[in-house]
Amino acid sequence: MMARAGQHSDPHDADDDKTAQAAFAALLEDSAEDLYESAPCGYLSTLMDGTIAKINSTLLDWLGLARQDVVGRLRFTDLLTVGGKLYHETHFAPLLRMQGQINGIALEIKQADGGRMPVLVSSVVKHGTTGEPLLIRTTVFDARDRRAYEEELLRRQRLAEEARRQAEADRARLQDTFAVLQQSLLPDTLPELPGAEAAAHYHTASPDRLGGDFYDVFPLDGKRFGFFLGDVCGKGPQAAALTSLTRYTLRAAALHDPDPVSALTTLNKVLHERYSASGDPRYCTAVFGTIDPDPAAGRLTVHLASGGHPPAVVLRADGTATYLPTPGGLLVGVLPTAPFTAASTTLGPGDTLLLYTDGLTEARTGKDRTSLYGDEALLAFAATQAGRPPHAVIEALDGLLAGFGDGLDDDTALLAIGVPSSDDPTSETR
Amino acid sequence: MDVVRRNNVTVTGNPQGRTVVLAHGFGCDQNMWRLTVPALEDDYRVVLFDYVGAGRSDASAFTEDRYASLDGYAQDVVEVCEALDLHDAVFVGHSVSAMIGVIAADRAPKRIGALVMVAPSPRYIDDEGYRGGFSEDDIEELLDSLESNYLGWSAAMAPVIMGNADRPELGEELRNSFCATDPDMARVFARTTFLSDSRGDLERVRVPTLVLECTQDVIAPREVGAYVHRSISGSTLVTLDATGHCPHLSAPEATNEAITAFLAGIG
Repeated sequence: MMARAGQHSDPHDADDDKTAQAAFAALLEDSAEDLYESAPCGYLSTLMDGTIAKINSTLLDWLGLARQDVVGRLRFTDLLTVGGKLYHETHFAPLLRMQGQINGIALEIKQADGGRMPVLVSSVVKHGTTGEPLLIRTTVFDARDRRAYEEELLRRQRLAEEARRQAEADRARLQDTFAVLQQSLLPDTLPELPGAEAAAHYHTASPDRLGGDFYDVFPLDGKRFGFFLGDVCGKGPQAAALTSLTRYTLRAAALHDPDPVSALTTLNKVLHERYSASGDPRYCTAVFGTIDPDPAAGRLTVHLASGGHPPAVVLRADGTATYLPTPGGLLVGVLPTAPFTAASTTLGPGDTLLLYTDGLTEARTGKDRTSLYGDEALLAFAATQAGRPPHAVIEALDGLLAGFGDGLDDDTALLAIGVPSSDDPTSETR
Repeated sequence: MDVVRRNNVTVTGNPQGRTVVLAHGFGCDQNMWRLTVPALEDDYRVVLFDYVGAGRSDASAFTEDRYASLDGYAQDVVEVCEALDLHDAVFVGHSVSAMIGVIAADRAPKRIGALVMVAPSPRYIDDEGYRGGFSEDDIEELLDSLESNYLGWSAAMAPVIMGNADRPELGEELRNSFCATDPDMARVFARTTFLSDSRGDLERVRVPTLVLECTQDVIAPREVGAYVHRSISGSTLVTLDATGHCPHLSAPEATNEAITAFLAGIG
C-alpha cells in the first residue's frame, strides 16, 4: 500500500505487493457461507420464542447433533444443562429482552455423548424496520480452557482464603499465649506499703511479641521492701526467658542480701554465667532498690543501684523534678564483674520516685516521627506532676504514652513509689 | 430501620389509585417490571421494590438466617407494606415472588387484598403425585453450578461486584446493572427458591387471585399453573401465549391486558 501511495515504486516493493494480493485472493475464496459454517465459534439464530432457525457446523459438531434434528425442532434452552436453563430463564432471557443484547455469559451446553462443554454465550436481538424484535443472534465460544483456568483460580482462592483463616486463628492463639506469658512476668498486684504508695503501668508495644521490660515490688523482711525495674535485650521468647531468669534471680538475691549493688552483682554473675558461654551473650539494664518506710515520720528512704539503666526521677512536693543520677553503672550480664552505681534519697509527703524504661524517652515525636521525646521533656513533664501521689503520676504518664500514638513503638514499664501528702484528696495506699 | 431505603422502594403512578405492588423474582430486580409499569400508572399507584440482596437494596441488611426461607422475603413485603401504610393493596409477584406474596398476604391480610401470580411455582422439584418440572438432581446441579462456577456465573455478576459496594457510580454505566445481585446473596436466594415447598400455603389464600402462566415455561410448566389454580379456590387462571418464564417481558401486552382486566374486575 505504501508503494502505491508513493510517487514511484521500487521492484522489491512491487513483488511484496503481488504476494500479498495473492494471499488476499486466497482468503476471498473463503465464502461468507463457509466462514459462517466453519468459523471458530458457534453461530445460532433463534426465533423470539427460542426455536432454532439456523445453526453453524461448528456448533453442531460441538453438540454432536445433526442439523435436521435441531433446526425447527429444538429451542436454544434445549441445548443447555438444567442449571443453564434456569439461569437462562432467570437472568439471560430477561436481560436480553431488556437490553437487546447480552455478552459473555458462562453456560454449559449438553453434548450428544453426555459430555458438557463450557461456553461463553453472547446474544443480540435483531429488530425489524418498525422496531419489533425479529430474531436472536447468538455466538457461542469454546470456554473449556478458560473454565479450567477459572476453576484453578477458584481453587487457589479457596486455598488462600483457608490459609488466611488459619493464620488468623494461629495469630489469635499466639496472642493469647503471649498475653498469659507476659502477665506471668509481671506482678498481679503491688504490695501495700505502710504510709506509702506504689503504682505501675506496663505498655506492650505489640500483642504479637513478648515485651522485654519488667518490674516488681515485694516485701523483704517485714519492714523493708524491694523493688526493681528494667529492660532485657531483645524481644520475643528469648527475651521472656531472660526476663524470667532476671526476675527470680533478683528476688532471691534480695532475700539473701538486700543491698542494691549486691543484688545487681549477683544478677550479673548469673546472667553472664548462663549466657556468655553459649556464644549468645544476653544482658539487661536494671534499677534495683529497697524501700525503708518510716510511717511515723511520714517518709521513706530509698536505696537503689543502677546497671546501665536511665536515671530515676524524683518529683518533689515543692513542684520540682530532678534526676537521681546513677552514672557509670554497666549493663548487667555483659562482663564477668561489673561496677554498679548506688544512690539514695528520702521521700517526704508529696514526694514520688519515678522509674521508667527507655520506651518512654525514646518514643518518636513530631509530625514526621523523627525526633525522640527525650530526657529533658520527661523532666519537664514530671515537674508538672510533682506533688501528686504515685497513682496520679502514673495515670498522667499513661495519658502521655497514649498521646504518642504510633510513635511509641517499644514496650514501656513505669513504676512510681511515693508518700502521698496528707492533704491530697486523691491520696490512697495502693 | 428505613425500609424504603433498605428495599429501594419506588412509588409511581396515580396517587389516587389503588396500590399495586410489583415484586420481582429470583435473578433480577424491579427493572423486570419496566414494561408493566406504563400499563398501570394511569389508574394505579405503583410500588416497586428490590428484595434485600437484590438490585439496589441495602446489602448490609442481608443475613443468611433470615433469607434462608421464603418467610424472610415475605417479611420484606410486609415491612414495605407497613412502611407505606398500604391497605388492601394488590400484590403482583413474579415466579418465586408469587409464593412470597401468598405468605405475606396470610401474614398481613389487611394490607394485601388481591394477588396476581405471574408464572408461579409452589415447588420446583417433582414429588409423588406432583410434577414441578425438576428432579432433585436437577436443582442440586443448578445450586452446585452457582456454588462452584463462581467466576463463570460472575460474567453476568462481575459488573455488580465492581459496581455495587465500592463504586456505586459505576453502576449506571454497567450494562448488566439492571439485574444487579450480589453473587453470595443470589446463591442464598437460589437455594431458598428452588428448594422451597409452599404447596401447603396455597389453600390459605382468601383473596381474589389471578394466576398467569405461559404456554412454554421451562421453570413453571403448565401442570404447575393448573395445580396452583386448583389449590386456590376462586382463583382465575389465564394462560398467556408466551414462551419462557418472563411473560411480562416476552409478551408484555398480553400480560398487561390480563393484569388490568383482573384489576378492573375486582374493582
